[in-house]
Amino acid sequence: MSGSTTDPRLANARAAPKKGVSISWADPLFRSIVWQVLIVGLVVAVLWYLIGNTRRNLELRHIATGLGFLSSTAGIPIAETLIPYDPATSTWGRAVMEGILNTFKVAVVGIVLSTILGTIIGIGRLSKNWLVSKVTGCYVETLRDLPLLLQLLFWYGILQALPAPRASIKMFGVVFLNNRGMRLPLLVWQDAHWWTLLAFVVGLFGTIAWNRSANKTRDETGIKPKIWPAAVGLMIGLPVLVWGALGAPFAIDYPGLRGFNFTGGGVITPEYFALLLGLTLYTAAYVAEIVRSGIQAVPKGQWEAAGALGLRPAAVLKQIVLPQAMRVIIPPMTSQFLNLTKNSSLAVAIGFQDIVSITGTMLNQTGQAIEGVGIMMAVFLAFSLSISLFMNWYNARIALVER
Amino acid sequence: MTPPATTALGAHPAAPTRERPPASVYGPMAWMRANLFNGIFSSLVTIALGVAIFYALVGIVEWGVINAVWSVPTTATGALDPTTCRAARGVGACWAAIGDKWRFMLFGRFPYAQQWRPGICILLFIGLFYVSSDRRFWRKEIAAIWAVTLVMIFSLMWGGFLGLTFVPQDEWGGLVITLILSTFGLALAFPLSVLVALGRRSTKLPAVKMLCVIYVELIRGVPLVAVLFMANVMMPLFMPEGINLDKLLRAQVAFILFAAAYLAEVVRGGLMALPRGQAEAADALGLAYWQKTTKILLPQALRLVIPPLVNTFIGFFKDTSLVLTIGILDLLTSSKTAMADPIWQGVATEIYIVVGLIYFVFCYTMSSYSRGVERKLNLAHNR
Repeated sequence: MSGSTTDPRLANARAAPKKGVSISWADPLFRSIVWQVLIVGLVVAVLWYLIGNTRRNLELRHIATGLGFLSSTAGIPIAETLIPYDPATSTWGRAVMEGILNTFKVAVVGIVLSTILGTIIGIGRLSKNWLVSKVTGCYVETLRDLPLLLQLLFWYGILQALPAPRASIKMFGVVFLNNRGMRLPLLVWQDAHWWTLLAFVVGLFGTIAWNRSANKTRDETGIKPKIWPAAVGLMIGLPVLVWGALGAPFAIDYPGLRGFNFTGGGVITPEYFALLLGLTLYTAAYVAEIVRSGIQAVPKGQWEAAGALGLRPAAVLKQIVLPQAMRVIIPPMTSQFLNLTKNSSLAVAIGFQDIVSITGTMLNQTGQAIEGVGIMMAVFLAFSLSISLFMNWYNARIALVER
Repeated sequence: MTPPATTALGAHPAAPTRERPPASVYGPMAWMRANLFNGIFSSLVTIALGVAIFYALVGIVEWGVINAVWSVPTTATGALDPTTCRAARGVGACWAAIGDKWRFMLFGRFPYAQQWRPGICILLFIGLFYVSSDRRFWRKEIAAIWAVTLVMIFSLMWGGFLGLTFVPQDEWGGLVITLILSTFGLALAFPLSVLVALGRRSTKLPAVKMLCVIYVELIRGVPLVAVLFMANVMMPLFMPEGINLDKLLRAQVAFILFAAAYLAEVVRGGLMALPRGQAEAADALGLAYWQKTTKILLPQALRLVIPPLVNTFIGFFKDTSLVLTIGILDLLTSSKTAMADPIWQGVATEIYIVVGLIYFVFCYTMSSYSRGVERKLNLAHNR
């Protein structure tokens, strides 16, 4: 009430008297300063003590600190590489880079697959079909109550128990499944394909631009021009034209049995496959619960009102329910994506060489424990921060605009 | 639908003949129509799923019961003879391996004759959880119960008194290690997490708030495997010369620090969910900070966050299995070690299933408990 006064003469008189810190325990400001100095001092003292110990221990063990070791030759074999790597000549820096890329490879594919699977299961749990909702419910309950590591070991055990390459399981005549992984036919990549890919990306942006202008037309005239002819033309027609103009090169590298193992084609190693399978199935159970609660958070009246307006069920879901559910779904989904990325570090238990596994080997061989753990933590913090930033941006984009 | 025909007024009314609702809206057939065969797509899905479930069940029963090998004969030398198990590979489960290995899975390398001690410890742990879950025991005495039980568990494990032989800590293993890591981790992480949450909420101590934010965000940003790695390779460097913490203790410290960061966020959520008026009213009554916090804010905030707290507990119970990466013999690691026995070569699925069942029983019990509490809280809320 006193705040409602607008008389300028009163403002000065009402302001609390300004006073400095008095050296007395009765003064809250003094107390808070003392407490902070004490606590921060304690933390600094403990850190100082630990750092002192560490320096002494490092001297005793003759370990030089610094990141110089990153440019020395690694000499460890890496089974799965995305950039060229040679154990005899490549440096530790490059080995760490391979680890980061491998983690990235698992995390990105895992996030996409678990989102798709989790959404399907989450909607399945809300299904009116009794059997579907029970089966998906069982799936969620079981997978959430078993440790992820156990699941990974289980899948890895199953993949290792597959027959040897000579007795591979053949699928669709061209895909071979055996205890050394899955062999797939692979397109022989040529320069023309890069141009085709570029044409596709251009077409994608063109379609987005066309969609925007179509929305504008709809806002002005009430009629939305058709999107699909432009989409087909830009995203399929244009790349095909470019590809044809460059001579339509097309060759497939089929896997074939030579001696005791397969050569040719692409390979998905059992380690990567087990890790991806385990992470996807496990995270999908959590995603399913998030999707379910997100959809249930939309009041029933919204469905009914949309139905009363004459919208079709698909349109109700797409235009009315999902945009509202998304606001509930996105924040917990972000933390699931972060969890998946962090859980990918369990790769170390089944021998997939992700960043944790490679820095682990590195700090065992070079003795650079602090730098190794530092790199590991920095990489994960960078992953976490970028996922959070992206999801926050997306969340802000779809958030309800409040007055 | 139509009212039952009544006799003339005044006459004794005949027993009303209630018409049974037609079979199309009532009864098993109608239920199936509404819930299983509601439309073409739904019917197709039901049939496909039903067939898949039927074949899966038949396969599981054939593998796990009909073709399974429950016990194997002993050879003349006294060793087990796994030939029948090897013959059944691929068509039947080899439960005989579990019969041979279950004690190693549960108790690790604990001296065989002394394994009743970790057995009692497991029962003590279960009793402790049971007592703690009951509302009637939620009072000050519970801290004493915890302290006494934990002391009992450790004296039983170590021994060295009253005729119990001393068992060094590196011979412990199995389910007991899982329970020790998770229970101790949470018992010590929880008070720490409350302090961190309060620190992060404090307005008068910006430097402390900063420290808490850095701690929580740093720990939550990195995976547990990395923290365990750190405990394994870096903690020996931190210690002064001559002092060597053993591996289990290092893992335990890593666990406490890791769990505290996550629990702190849950507790902070509870503190934020409290209406502002509670803190203001406490201030108006002239309560000091700790009086306000321990008597007004925390009791309400913690009650609000019981379900998410239990969910976090479940997560950490499962995550104790990650000590596999630094070679501590918990339930999962000792089972994996048991699998390496050359006699039972190739018996992996069976052991994973049994280990999975043990984890599942613990986690499922906790999650149903959490759901029960949530329901009660909601009831109290919506009254």
